[in-house]
Amino acid sequence: MATRVGRTGRRLSVRFLLISLASLVVTLLQAPAGADSVDPAAEARAFRDYFLHKFPNVKPDDFVNGPYALNEDMRRQWEEKEQFPPYEFSLENGKELFARPFANGKHYADCFADQGIAIRQNYPQFDAASGKVVTLELALNQCREANGEKAISYTGEDMAALTAYMAYTSRGMPFDIKIPNDPRAIEAYENGKRYFYTRRGQLNFSCATCHVQNPGEHLRAEVLAPALGILNAMPIYRSEWGGMGTTSRRFISCNSQVRGVPLPPQSDEYRDLEYYLSYVSNGLPISGPGSRP
Amino acid sequence: MRRLSKVSLGILGLLAILSTKSAAFAAGPEADFKTAYAAAEAAEKQAGVLRNQWLPTETALADARKAAEKSDFDRAVAAAKEAEALAKASIFQANSEKEAWKNLEIR
Ligand code: HEC
Repeated sequence: MATRVGRTGRRLSVRFLLISLASLVVTLLQAPAGADSVDPAAEARAFRDYFLHKFPNVKPDDFVNGPYALNEDMRRQWEEKEQFPPYEFSLENGKELFARPFANGKHYADCFADQGIAIRQNYPQFDAASGKVVTLELALNQCREANGEKAISYTGEDMAALTAYMAYTSRGMPFDIKIPNDPRAIEAYENGKRYFYTRRGQLNFSCATCHVQNPGEHLRAEVLAPALGILNAMPIYRSEWGGMGTTSRRFISCNSQVRGVPLPPQSDEYRDLEYYLSYVSNGLPISGPGSRP
Repeated sequence: MRRLSKVSLGILGLLAILSTKSAAFAAGPEADFKTAYAAAEAAEKQAGVLRNQWLPTETALADARKAAEKSDFDRAVAAAKEAEALAKASIFQANSEKEAWKNLEIR
């Protein structure tokens, strides 16, 4: 930019140079984030605005209810079902698992801030020690391993139950994901964003093709959830699964749907993806555990 | 000049015969399968490095192995070639998406 201004200045009058310099200053003031620098807060605002404009009749907080926010019929059926929610059993199970001591006498609660109650909205976190993103599922297994227990499956019932319970204690609390001023944290966010928008699989779809460009549309029997608030209801009960599914399980099945080979659960890419998707939903309330038809 | 070219033609001809013979010796349906499968596997490995393998590639590779086990090498070669084509398409996709993903980004 500076060199172009300089070259122009040499060729044109001083007055023109002053004008172009002034306009450069104005441009810089209007767009503090240049093409190369990253401004996650501005990107999150743009992300949110996209959905608010696309669905002017949906209240911002309602996006956390996924397809129900966009489809009246589904919403009515869901509201009836919520009298006896299908995740109830898992929730009870999760509460019990969470309280059960490890062999060494310690508990999950000992691994988390505030004894692990009402903290789900703070995950994923960027961990400065490892330089990586730590999701809630990962933190639970790190807790187990630090206490001499074996890790549990990221796609199994127990992980779903534990995260269901933790989400429940955070219901209504807005996502509060932090990106510390650490180049590795920004990079994780950027990698998550790139993963989200990258087309993959034989069908050549990105996450955004379905959850940004086509939310509210039918895909076979399902109605596509909007990407805004898409993780707030996790984990979710699905009739199709006949049970609960973790965030890991959902990412894997969405990759498979486009005929891509899914990555291992909690691989760096999925962790970064969860970091990005949670960050852009900052401010929206946790609604998990959720249930889907 | 003319004699020289005749000699070299003769040598070339000999080489050609030799090489067809050795090719015929190494060839055969099983060797064709092995070559085709190795190429497909190499491409799929590359797609794996790019974190962008496709499920149908994996299916085609498995089909190739299954057919080869039954000594149905025609089918095995066909499946391996399909796998290679799919793997190459996934590599192309991963490489073009290195920039193209930005087109979908909400700004
Ligand atoms: C072919 C379309 C398609 C693509 C591509 C796709 N999904 Fe999905 N996704 C679905 C369908 C269908 C569902 C189930 C219905 C729903 O809730 O949207 C779903 C559900 C979800 C859910 C649960 C939301 C809820 O409220 O139930 C999450 C989270 C999710 N997808 C994330 C992703 C991510 C991340 C990607 C990219 C890796 C992705 N999806 C790619 C079709 C897709």
